[in-house]
Amino acid sequence: MTAPLLVFGWGNPSRGDDALGPMFVEQLRARVADGCSGRVEFLDDFQLQVEHALDLAGRERVLFVDTSLNGAAPFEVTALQPARDASFTTHAMSPESVMQVFRDLHHAEPPPCTLLAIRGHHFELGEHPGAPALAHLAAAVAWGLRWVACGEPAHRAATLSETAGG
Amino acid sequence: MTFDLETAAAPQGLRRVAIDPVSRVEGHGKVTILLDEQRRVQQVRLHIVEFRGFEKFIEGRPYWEVPVMVQRLCGICPVSHHLAASKAMDRVLGAHPVTRSADKIRRLMHYGQVMQSHALHFFHLASPDLLFGFDSEVNLRNIVGVARAHPDIAKKGVLLRKFGQEVIRVTAGKRVHGTGSVPGGMNKHVSRADRDMLRRDVDQMLEWAQDAVDIARQLHAQNPAMYDSFGAFRSNMLSLVRSDGAMDLYDGVLRARDATGKIILDGASDQSYLDLIEEEVRPWTYMKFPHLRSLGRDTGWYRVGPLARVQNCDFIPSPLAEARRQEFLAWGKGEPVQATLGYHWARMIEALHTVEVIRDLLDDHDILEGDLMASGVRRGEGVGVIEAPRGTLIHHYRVGADDLVTMCNLIVSTTHNNQAMNEAVRAVARQYLDGNELTEGLLNHIEVAIRAYDPCLSCATHALGRMPLDVALLGPEGELIDHVLKSQNGELVRDRAAPVGLAP
Repeated sequence: MTAPLLVFGWGNPSRGDDALGPMFVEQLRARVADGCSGRVEFLDDFQLQVEHALDLAGRERVLFVDTSLNGAAPFEVTALQPARDASFTTHAMSPESVMQVFRDLHHAEPPPCTLLAIRGHHFELGEHPGAPALAHLAAAVAWGLRWVACGEPAHRAATLSETAGG
Repeated sequence: MTFDLETAAAPQGLRRVAIDPVSRVEGHGKVTILLDEQRRVQQVRLHIVEFRGFEKFIEGRPYWEVPVMVQRLCGICPVSHHLAASKAMDRVLGAHPVTRSADKIRRLMHYGQVMQSHALHFFHLASPDLLFGFDSEVNLRNIVGVARAHPDIAKKGVLLRKFGQEVIRVTAGKRVHGTGSVPGGMNKHVSRADRDMLRRDVDQMLEWAQDAVDIARQLHAQNPAMYDSFGAFRSNMLSLVRSDGAMDLYDGVLRARDATGKIILDGASDQSYLDLIEEEVRPWTYMKFPHLRSLGRDTGWYRVGPLARVQNCDFIPSPLAEARRQEFLAWGKGEPVQATLGYHWARMIEALHTVEVIRDLLDDHDILEGDLMASGVRRGEGVGVIEAPRGTLIHHYRVGADDLVTMCNLIVSTTHNNQAMNEAVRAVARQYLDGNELTEGLLNHIEVAIRAYDPCLSCATHALGRMPLDVALLGPEGELIDHVLKSQNGELVRDRAAPVGLAP
């Protein structure tokens, strides 16, 4: 059975702060209570691609998590709408375009999707995430626990207006 | 000697158009075009980010970590790096050839990788260009029938890619960061349950892959003048082939043909690539320019990837793809197909071939059982060459007695295609930009030419916040005339206050 909530983080674990997405998934998975593990599926990848549209099917809510180059610290939360990419390479997709692929595939609207953009600073190959980025990550994970809101009614889950560790 | 349009005779006083497709964390990929007062193209250069720092990332690590670590170099073709590194380390350990089972499971993994990559490229990157045109009304009219005939093209693309991803998962062990291939062989067989699961869907994939070749062929037939001329130029072509001349994407010997199709290099061991290929540094870009030593820089450069592979081999060893290859060759009327957009057609022929190979390997008992590891006398140095989705990929390592990597050299597909991509952009600039105003459609022509090669842009970082296109227009005195930012959803925003960031 498909878990109603999906948390999907992406990034390269070997490129400094770009690791925040997968690290968020790992840390949130470890902290989500056993009792609600069946309600949440955790996935991570190097980047978003078309097949990830298939992972949206049957969800109540989806949380996309990536590092941000220029967003507010420690993180920003945005409600997403489907949109077509105009990229010249296959090497990356935006979460909005993954939602658009879902729409193209299923001829239906994707589930409500939220983007959690954690501010990063350094992305050198072979580097570990920096201290500021790890502090941002800790705040984001705390927010993520409320987003998961296991056992609580949906209206008590974290709202999209919430930002910056609030 | 310089290449035509690579360096203007008198660059001072020329207008500069800079097309910056990505603002990347570690560098830039961009096109610079210098125009004179009459807006004629005087100089065109494509700058792509090099794999800077990757060799240093690998050096000093234990050899057994390398096939896993190199997957972090590229998020789109990690399996190609995984297997090229494994093949090189087989040689380091003297474990060559690997066992029959290991060879077949690795092949299954690799053909799954090429299949999913080709499907992604054609159905979701190239098809919007090919099915909906760039800015040509004639082209739009001609292709509308093809698009209507394939309303479910997006779905087929996703499911083809998903199938390829599943092939990778059952062979590499995980959806990402697989560990299946190790120096000397493989660490697991394919389970019967996984084999049966893939078998259930493979015939459907075969049908869709045939449809994809037909779509590509129909598109060329609908507008042959455009498809033949867009970004076209003559070049040598390089790839691996099997020792009997068959297409082989996993292993083989190096072969090159010239622009007329004549073989100029054949049967060369991949272990001696340094004797065959020289990399030239040019001051205006980080990316090197490889060429065949025997011919030199001016005539020795070449193309790699589907267009080269389909025409370099003597035959494709699977019947459906070989039949489609013959149709492709006939299109050239006795000459090699040199059209940049021919990459898409060739790519789909290869995709069909990969599905045929996957189907046959799923019926092969060796993927289920048999010895997985080979051994031999350690040599300390090895080269692994593989045909990655975008072309020939070379990994070269030396390993010390302490098991640590002391030297690493990588030549990736995009580097092999460096000169070719520059030529494609110049051809498009000559054809579509000379004497014209900058428009979204014209800029897109350049992007279409780049997309045909699907260059790897040191892609393993994908933090949010980048702009995929940045265009600046400078006047003869260096003054900023215009600056256009193109967002990822295609929206153009003119912002003369934004930093331009032009390199010399």
